Amino acid sequence: MLEVIGLECRRGDRRLFSGLDLALEPGTLLHVRGRNGSGKTTLLRTLCGLFTPDAGEVRWRGESIRALAEDYRRELLYFGHLNGIKSDLTGIENLSIAARLDGDPVGIDDVWQALARIGLRGFEDLPTRMLSQGQKKRVALARLILSRAKLWVLDEPFTALDVEAVALLQGLIADHVAGGGLAVLTTHQEVPLTSGQVARLDLGD
Amino acid sequence: MWAVFWCVLKRDLLLAMRRRTDVLTTLFFFMIVVSLFPLGVGTERQVLQILGPGVVWVAALLASMLALERLFAADYEDGTLEQMLLTAQPLSLLVLAKVGAHWLLTGLPLVLIAPLVGMQYHLSDAQIGIMMLSLLLGTPILSLIGAIGAALTLGLRGGGILLSLLILPLYIPVLVYGSGAIEVSVIDLSDTMPYLSLLGAFLLAALTLAPLASAAALKISLE
Repeated sequence: MLEVIGLECRRGDRRLFSGLDLALEPGTLLHVRGRNGSGKTTLLRTLCGLFTPDAGEVRWRGESIRALAEDYRRELLYFGHLNGIKSDLTGIENLSIAARLDGDPVGIDDVWQALARIGLRGFEDLPTRMLSQGQKKRVALARLILSRAKLWVLDEPFTALDVEAVALLQGLIADHVAGGGLAVLTTHQEVPLTSGQVARLDLGD
Repeated sequence: MWAVFWCVLKRDLLLAMRRRTDVLTTLFFFMIVVSLFPLGVGTERQVLQILGPGVVWVAALLASMLALERLFAADYEDGTLEQMLLTAQPLSLLVLAKVGAHWLLTGLPLVLIAPLVGMQYHLSDAQIGIMMLSLLLGTPILSLIGAIGAALTLGLRGGGILLSLLILPLYIPVLVYGSGAIEVSVIDLSDTMPYLSLLGAFLLAALTLAPLASAAALKISLE
């Protein structure tokens, strides 16, 4: 479903990777590994269409993501280094706005439930700047519960999370993949990813 | 589609309401710059009447410049801008909503406070009316053109200065026709029509083109 053909990315003069080919079927989890600076984040951003590769292309359902544009982004959820939540808004407001922008507005009850499930019961209507790093990350990760996207691209989703949250997130990813979704993630932590088919990609060799 | 437009507009207004100081700085800056001139050049009625239109417009340009830098910067820093780029919505529509909110917070207050400034410069009621009208047509153009510059200089060191150098020359037509309209209104009110029509035409052109240009610039800046 997600194909990468002859991908080459550069940062300045440095070539991060070239001739990268990949083909992922529904129900697969791709674990991208590599040293710091080996181009993991660049690869993930390229998969989202945020970074233009120097050669090659990314295809979704057989069509280039450049051509698909909004149709591709509707099926995509990207979780980057930045949480992407406004610190002056509450968790509820952040999630409602994010859902509305993603094109699938959710009921306010669903948002409350999602925050409760991610372990933020009682913190729902506090501005997120009052929360700790890990809690902010949890607010951002609650998007995974609400999202109906087919492809999840997660850049270091496990950092700053406690054991309980890591387990919860693992469960979410496993459910997503088991339900025929696709996930691409990077992590340095030794997290057992026990979901269906796990593919691995090592960068920077 | 408009639901998304309103959603972003309301979000930006809500954020501004939680940080009111940012909104008030622009307004106070405008008032202070405008009030400095009578102190500097003396309070002679005729001199002030001649200076008034130009001073108001130059102050409006600078005030709008002041707030522009923050237009995309806050969203860029916390990653929400990145998420906006990845939504299934046309980016130019989201940009238009953000610019709309920016104008409501920084442009509209200038229009509303204009009568006060007019009195300071001994302008007649008719002139004040034309001044408000020209500001109403002109300040959205400032926000729209400024958004292109803000998007281009996003994430650059010293972006603020670069932004001014990039955008201020583009503001010149608005300045010329905006202050021109107020000046000719002394002679005959009907003479102001060509000026206001031209400002209106600029506004329409900016409304259609600036969001597209800003969206393209944002995509480059976020790479």
